[in-house]
Amino acid sequence: MVGIVIVSHSRNAAEGAREIAAQMAPEVSIAAAGGTADGRLGTDINSILKAIREVYTDDGVLIIFDLGSAYMNAEMAVEMLDEDMRKRVEISDAAMVEGAAIAAVNSGLSKPLSEIMKELKHCRISKMP
Amino acid sequence: MVVNGKKLIEILDRIADVIEENKLMLTELDAAIGDGDHGINMSRGFHAVREKLKDDDGSDIGIILKKAGMALVSNVGGAAGPLYGTAFLKAGAVVEGKQTVDVADLENMLKSALEGIKMRGHAEPKDKTMVDAAEEALNALNSSNAAGESPQQAIKAAVDAAYLGLENTKDMIARKGRASYLAERSIGHKDAGAASFALILKTIFDELYGQESS
Ligand SMILES: [Mg+2]
Repeated sequence: MVGIVIVSHSRNAAEGAREIAAQMAPEVSIAAAGGTADGRLGTDINSILKAIREVYTDDGVLIIFDLGSAYMNAEMAVEMLDEDMRKRVEISDAAMVEGAAIAAVNSGLSKPLSEIMKELKHCRISKMP
Repeated sequence: MVVNGKKLIEILDRIADVIEENKLMLTELDAAIGDGDHGINMSRGFHAVREKLKDDDGSDIGIILKKAGMALVSNVGGAAGPLYGTAFLKAGAVVEGKQTVDVADLENMLKSALEGIKMRGHAEPKDKTMVDAAEEALNALNSSNAAGESPQQAIKAAVDAAYLGLENTKDMIARKGRASYLAERSIGHKDAGAASFALILKTIFDELYGQESS
């Protein structure tokens, strides 16, 4: 099953979205990476990397994010992965809560990452630059 | 102008202080059209740079800039982290293994840093971002170097151009980051990222040539 990482500026928002998605697909690995290391609002590349590694399998990982710098930090985190892992990680610009839930349900149905990306197209909100 | 690793670390150290001194100004610019965290974010970032470099032997300019970039990426929290982090990493990559840099190197570093910022932020000039300060600065440095002016004149020209670029952001509509949510209402405010960029460049000049009364 595809692992899911939720990147938010807020620890609570990331955890909340994780909770909502997990309720619909408890069997899926979902990690929340919210807030900075010192507990401020913001995103932290190290916590994103840690979250990716936590839910990673060869089926891949899908990253869902909230605003602005969340995308840049997610993108940098992905660039820092080994080649082998990197090609199995995708970032989606789906609305965070809806995207996390839809991705979780589809991952629970054992759909591949490419299929899940297609399922998410209805809730994309073009927030990637 | 020749800067060795030890001097570069001193400059970066001074940038941490100057950012601290200007924290409120940066925060206020960001608060007007963004989320108001630029001052604290930059301060956290450059204090982390200082911490990371305190035991560096200063032997490789590329490594110093790479360490600074990683400290910024890991500690800033806002968009400035990946943007300045990428800028320093890219600047470091063009001077890998060098023990000293001169004004021609500085131009290459700035060019590479700007490319990095544009790539990471997917920003172009006139988007009301730090690109608007950086692009003006690079053009001025390039013209001044090409005209054979002294390093001091060239770097001064770059600082002045960065401040002009910062001023120009006032009339622009934000097209990147959270300020873009305000659309036309972002007009009339200067961009916080362009302000920190100009401030950093000015600090480099001041450290090299002493503060000028303006
Ligand atoms: Mg901000």
